[in-house]
Amino acid sequence: MRLEVTEIRVERGGRRVLEGLSCVIEPGEVLIVTGPNGSGKSTLLRALAGLLPLAGGRIAVTGDADDARSVRELAHYVGHADGNKISLTAGENLAFWAAMLGVRAGRGGALPVAEAVGAFGLQAIAELPVAMLSAGQRRRIALARLLVAARPLWLLDEPMTALDAAAQARLLQHMLMHLDQGGIIVAATHAPLDMRNARHLALRH
Amino acid sequence: MGHALTALFRRELKIARRSGGGASTGVVFFLVLAAIFPFAVGPDLNLLARIGPAILWIATLLSMLLGLDRLFQADQEEGSLDLMLMSEAPLELIVLTKCAAHWLTTALPLVIVAPLFGLALAQDVPALGRVTLSLLAGTPALSLLGAVGAAVTVSLRRGGLLMAVLVLPLTIPVLIFGVSAAGAGAADPVPFAAPFAILCALTLAAVAGAPFAAAAALRYGGE
Repeated sequence: MRLEVTEIRVERGGRRVLEGLSCVIEPGEVLIVTGPNGSGKSTLLRALAGLLPLAGGRIAVTGDADDARSVRELAHYVGHADGNKISLTAGENLAFWAAMLGVRAGRGGALPVAEAVGAFGLQAIAELPVAMLSAGQRRRIALARLLVAARPLWLLDEPMTALDAAAQARLLQHMLMHLDQGGIIVAATHAPLDMRNARHLALRH
Repeated sequence: MGHALTALFRRELKIARRSGGGASTGVVFFLVLAAIFPFAVGPDLNLLARIGPAILWIATLLSMLLGLDRLFQADQEEGSLDLMLMSEAPLELIVLTKCAAHWLTTALPLVIVAPLFGLALAQDVPALGRVTLSLLAGTPALSLLGAVGAAVTVSLRRGGLLMAVLVLPLTIPVLIFGVSAAGAGAADPVPFAAPFAILCALTLAAVAGAPFAAAAALRYGGE
C-alpha cells in the first residue's frame, strides 16, 4: 500500500491553508511534518484522515487492488483531543474503539485490548475511569488505540506531547514495528523524531 | 459493522448509567412540570382532565430537550466524533444507534412514569392508556428530530437554546397528533386509531429521514 497525495489544496473558513502539496509515501516510510504554529500541520493530517474536505487535488491509496476501503477507513488518527470518554475506564474505551475502528473479520493483526494496555504500560490504571487519569496517561490510552485496531496508515498529531521519556521510547518502538510491517506513518511534530526511513516535509506560512 | 454499532449502543447505555443523573433528572423535571401546571390552571378538575394529555405531552417534549444538545457535542469535544467518522460503519447508522440509546435512556423512563403523573392530572384509566401509548409511539420521533438539531449545533458552545429554537417548531406535527390520539374520546369524538396511525407514520418518517439530515450536518460541522 502506498499513499499518494497529489496537488491538494485545503481551505478553512475561506482562507487557504495548504496549496499545491504533493508527496508519495511508500510502505515502511514515515513522513515527518514540521513547521511553525499555524503552518497547517494539523490541517494536513485532518485532510489526510478525510475529516476536512479538499478544495482541490486528491489523496489516494494504491497497491492493494481488492481493498475497496477509502483512506479514512485505512487510517488511524491521533489528534489533540484524545477521544476517550471520561466516565469509562481505559479498558472500556479501548474495547469500544477496537470494535468501532476494527476491520471486518479476516483482516487481523490487531492486539487484544489487554495486550495493547500492556504495550503502553497501562495495566495498573486500566480499570480506572479516565476522569481520574493524568494528561500523559490519557495520551497513552489514545496511542494504545493504534494497536487494538489494525490500520496501515497512522496519522499522529504531536504524538509525543505529555508523554514521559519511557512512554516516548515505547511509542517510538511501536512506530518502528509498524513500519517494519509495511505500515505508513505521517507525524506532525516539533520534537525531533529519531527514525530511519524518514522523509521530511517542512510547512511554511 | 453490526459489531461496531452494538459496541456503540452498549457504550452509550454505560455512559448514561455512569455519568448519572441523565434519566433521573429528566424524570424529576417531568414531575416538576406536570406538578406546576395544575397550580397555573386552577382548581377546575374537569378542565384539568381535559388538558391533562396535552400537559403530559408538553412536559415530555421539554424533558427530552434537556441535555439533548450534548448528544453529539460531548463526542465532538473529546475527539470521538472524528474517530466515529473514520469507522467503516456509515455515519447514518451511527446516528440512528445513538438516537436509539438516547430514546431508551431518556424517553422510555418518561413514558413509564407518565401514567403515574397522569393520575395527578385527573386522568381516568382509558385516558392513561391512550396517553402512554401515544407517548410510546411519538417519543422516538422527538429523539430523532432532536438529533438533527443537536447535529446542526454541534460546534456551537452554549448551543442548547438555539437547538431548542430549531427543534421545537419541527415537533409541532408530532405534538398535534400525539395529543390528538391521547385526548381522543375525552370531549370531542375523534377516534383513537386515525391520529395514532399518523403519529406512527411521523415516527417512521423521522426514522427514515432524520439520520441522513443529522449525518450530513455532522459531516459539514467537522470542517
